Amino acid sequence: MEHAAAGSGHLETSTGLDNRKLLMWLFLGSECLFFGSLIAAYLLYRDRSLGPPFPSDRVFNGVHYEGLFDIPFTSVSAFVLLMSSVTMVLALAAIQRGNRRSMQVWLLTTALLGTLFVSGQAYEFTVFHREGLSLGSNLFGTTFFVLTGFHGAHVTIGVLILLSLLAMSFQGRIQQKDSLNVELAGLYWHFVDVVWIVIFTLVYLIQP
Amino acid sequence: MTLSELRKKRGAPERPAEPAADTGHREKHPGPLEYAQIGVVLAIVTAIEVGIYYLDMAHGLLVALLIGLSLLKFSLVVLWFMHLKFDNRVYSSMFLFGVFLAVLIFLVALSTVGGKLV
Repeated sequence: MEHAAAGSGHLETSTGLDNRKLLMWLFLGSECLFFGSLIAAYLLYRDRSLGPPFPSDRVFNGVHYEGLFDIPFTSVSAFVLLMSSVTMVLALAAIQRGNRRSMQVWLLTTALLGTLFVSGQAYEFTVFHREGLSLGSNLFGTTFFVLTGFHGAHVTIGVLILLSLLAMSFQGRIQQKDSLNVELAGLYWHFVDVVWIVIFTLVYLIQP
Repeated sequence: MTLSELRKKRGAPERPAEPAADTGHREKHPGPLEYAQIGVVLAIVTAIEVGIYYLDMAHGLLVALLIGLSLLKFSLVVLWFMHLKFDNRVYSSMFLFGVFLAVLIFLVALSTVGGKLV
């Protein structure tokens, strides 16, 4: 890295933009396709199950089945993830101002909120499984678990990234000049949040 | 060898000075107070969404309102928290192209498989 640009540790680029941030946005663009396909599959197949359980109240073969979704519980989960986006952006603002201690507090808060969200999802999955919903039970189960399971995996990876950043900052490896590292982690985290904004509305709130 | 050194070697005109490893900010990012204000707006919009869900109204109107509120939340996070409002438009185009393709795939699947969105 003999010719590295001063102060950044990264080479000058033909676009004038940092390649790492460009790559992150390219990755997020591809993730839109990934989650878009999963959401589309869910919406297309959720109402084509040949048997219970169903996401919302439904009469099937003359029998009334109560829906599985617990909207108040999921609303709290959605609120938790939304607020984690606020704490994430506050962590970025803190390190951009050179306040490392404040960044550590906000990063930890974000990781805790993310863990709370994933715990809630694990609880929800357990309840659904007890009610007879599994990956192979019907089309609703397959598309629901694949979609929300992949989202939960993304949140889990995000929490691990945040904890790694936190560990690095305690080792003194995240300074004001390294704020782009926090910004990149933040972009990933906010993306996971906006995906849940869409899932919460299309999957949970809007019923056929 | 950096790009500017390569340009000099090839005799190409020097580009105007630009910050190395620029993170692509067109405008200054907002401060913590503005972020907190947006957080409050997001919380209120979420509460409205959940409240609307329990209201007895026409299904079409309910769907339109919920999608509208969801789009508002999506835009607030993407524009302010992900800084697309303030950053270089190259980033926006990459993300929006992904969103566009995702919507396109959905519409193609909808017309091929048949079915309804809501």
